[in-house]
Amino acid sequence: MSMSSVLEKPASLLERARASYPRDRVFEFMQPRPAFDQPVDTRKGPILYVEGVSVSFDGFKALNNLSLYINDGELRCIIGPNGAGKTTMMDVITGKTRPDQGQVYFGQTINLLALQEHEIARGGIGRKFQKPTVLETLSVYDNLELAMASNKGVWSCLLHTLNGEQRDRIAEVLHLIRLTAQARQQAGALSHGQKQWLEIGMLLMQNPRILLVDEPVAGMTGEETERTAELLTSLAGRHAVIVVEHDMAFVRSIARTVTVLHQGSVLAEGSMDKIQNDPKVIEVYLGE
Amino acid sequence: MLIRRLLENDRGGQIVLLVLLALLVVVPLLSLGVSDTSVWHLSTYNVTLLGKYLCYALLALSLDLIWGYCGILSLGHGAFFALGGYCMGMYLMRQIGDRGVYGNPELPDFMVFLNWDHLPWYWHGFDMFWFAMLMVVLVPGLLALVFGWLAFRSRVTGVYLSIITQALTYALLLTFFRNEAGFGGNNGLTDFKDILGFPVQADTTRIGLFIASVLALMLGYLLCRLVVTSRLGRVIVAIRDAESRTRFSGYQVEHFKLWLFVLSAMLAGIAGALFVPQVGIINPGEFSPLNSIELVVWVAVGGRATLFGAIAGAFSVNYAKTWFTSLYPEAWLFALGALFVLVTLFLPKGLVGLAGQRKWRRTPKAALSGLPQQQEYAS
Ligand SMILES: Nc1ncnc2c1ncn2[C@@H]1O[C@H](COP(=O)(O)OP(=O)(O)OP(=O)(O)O)[C@@H](O)[C@H]1O
Ligand SMILES: [Mg+2]
Repeated sequence: MSMSSVLEKPASLLERARASYPRDRVFEFMQPRPAFDQPVDTRKGPILYVEGVSVSFDGFKALNNLSLYINDGELRCIIGPNGAGKTTMMDVITGKTRPDQGQVYFGQTINLLALQEHEIARGGIGRKFQKPTVLETLSVYDNLELAMASNKGVWSCLLHTLNGEQRDRIAEVLHLIRLTAQARQQAGALSHGQKQWLEIGMLLMQNPRILLVDEPVAGMTGEETERTAELLTSLAGRHAVIVVEHDMAFVRSIARTVTVLHQGSVLAEGSMDKIQNDPKVIEVYLGE
Repeated sequence: MLIRRLLENDRGGQIVLLVLLALLVVVPLLSLGVSDTSVWHLSTYNVTLLGKYLCYALLALSLDLIWGYCGILSLGHGAFFALGGYCMGMYLMRQIGDRGVYGNPELPDFMVFLNWDHLPWYWHGFDMFWFAMLMVVLVPGLLALVFGWLAFRSRVTGVYLSIITQALTYALLLTFFRNEAGFGGNNGLTDFKDILGFPVQADTTRIGLFIASVLALMLGYLLCRLVVTSRLGRVIVAIRDAESRTRFSGYQVEHFKLWLFVLSAMLAGIAGALFVPQVGIINPGEFSPLNSIELVVWVAVGGRATLFGAIAGAFSVNYAKTWFTSLYPEAWLFALGALFVLVTLFLPKGLVGLAGQRKWRRTPKAALSGLPQQQEYAS
């Protein structure tokens, strides 16, 4: 009787600890060097853990104790006024900016802050820039080929030739982003919307587990926007997709869960309806 | 087979290689096969001049690889050329043996003059041709490796990189000027006697060196084509046009830049090594920052990122220089400056861009880039 009560106490403590720490904690020094050769550990649900991240630029806090969890295969929309820190958050996840504080984990075990940009990209996090960036002097086909997951070392690039499977994959993505007819065209000659798609296509060639998509429909026509919504929703499930967007109609059309960022931290999170009726959110958006 | 594939869709390159092949036959014939009283006779002076241009063309090729394709404007590329030249010069000095003024079988004259009693450690091995040739590529390559590693790792780009490359060549200039450095100081290395046992002044040796230069340029061209037509070449262009896109596509940009920089330095070193026995001297003046800037003008005038443009530029600017300096020696630098400004303003694609404009109107696809196209698509 007394034995069991002794045993019970630490158990409940452990449970409480579990509830407050979504990710298993291990001492830093005990962790192996983050490696992508094992499958990403998503047993607890989230594939991306952003925990207590702060970034400051000359004293100005672009991110302020930001915490965010993205589940595997989820489609998450992130909104927030200009300067809220959305792009900075992506910079931190992809290794471009190093935070002053906080932790970013890919699955339970891979510490992204210990990795360089190219390692993170190879490991399965693809990123589309706010300003569409494709390789303008290369053809659409070459853009996709270049992004394709394969050995990206110098010597193997020198000797590389495409195999049948890789050609099929390129053809498949070309079809998905509706650029099959433009495959041999220079990427610089594409319309703005097509460039956005090509960039999304390049991300897909990397076989990412997470897609970070910064303002995908900026500058798109109504019809293009609709198609992009279709494309992104079709990608969710197979990939976790994080979309930053200002276009509210677009967000409403694809969103399941929406996170509102404001002054570098999360202001609100939930369904679109819940967000729109949240007084704090209304104040931030209408107060501007 | 491979050559066919490399020159596919490279009209300019085909022309360049054909011209070089023709030179390979015609020049020896006109120089050695025709009596020197005939109007068709090619003087040794002219053979050497052509040989010099060929070395410059190889140097221009090496700069185009790094500047034209990867956007890294090295303003110190002459340093690699000069280092290759010094390695060859050291071999040639050791070949003099006891035929120098002081007749010392071991030490070059300038060391005897400085009262040195033994050869500095870094001169050892240079009496062997194979060793010297190895150093011709290794010394510039190693310098490029160390310098590039430091610069690219700290992500120095653009103007800053150009300035530090300029500083690099200037620092080497000052070092090689000093007598204590053991490279002949201000006078450099000269009074060469023979190379591989052949007297350097002999007409036949000059032809031999000329042929070696043509072959080096042809091989260099094909090697550069191999690089730029591979996937590696596309990654390099991608780095030039959108560095962060390339990085976030999973490429370690620094490695690519470094690899290319080292390759480029090695090519420049080979060019320098072929240059020295033909002109008969190497001195610290070759490190002059001005040389590196002239080199940039050749490539800009010829046209960047085409490879054959660099060769055309090296030949045309140097021909103009030879002609101009014999008439108005003082005005050459002004002419060079004016040329650079005019080309930058009116001919951003250089001479080959001018020649290619008509063609591009016919095939609009190519007009968009001016870069060689890739034709390896799946059917
Ligand atoms: N490299 C930098 N140096 C200084 N300040 C920066 C830097 N990058 C971002 N900032 C600042 O950090 C804040 C957050 O910028 P961020 O680009 O993340 O905002 P955003 O939410 O993406 O805005 P937008 O909707 O306009 O794209 C802004 O005030 C911006 O000026
Ligand atoms: Mg932004």
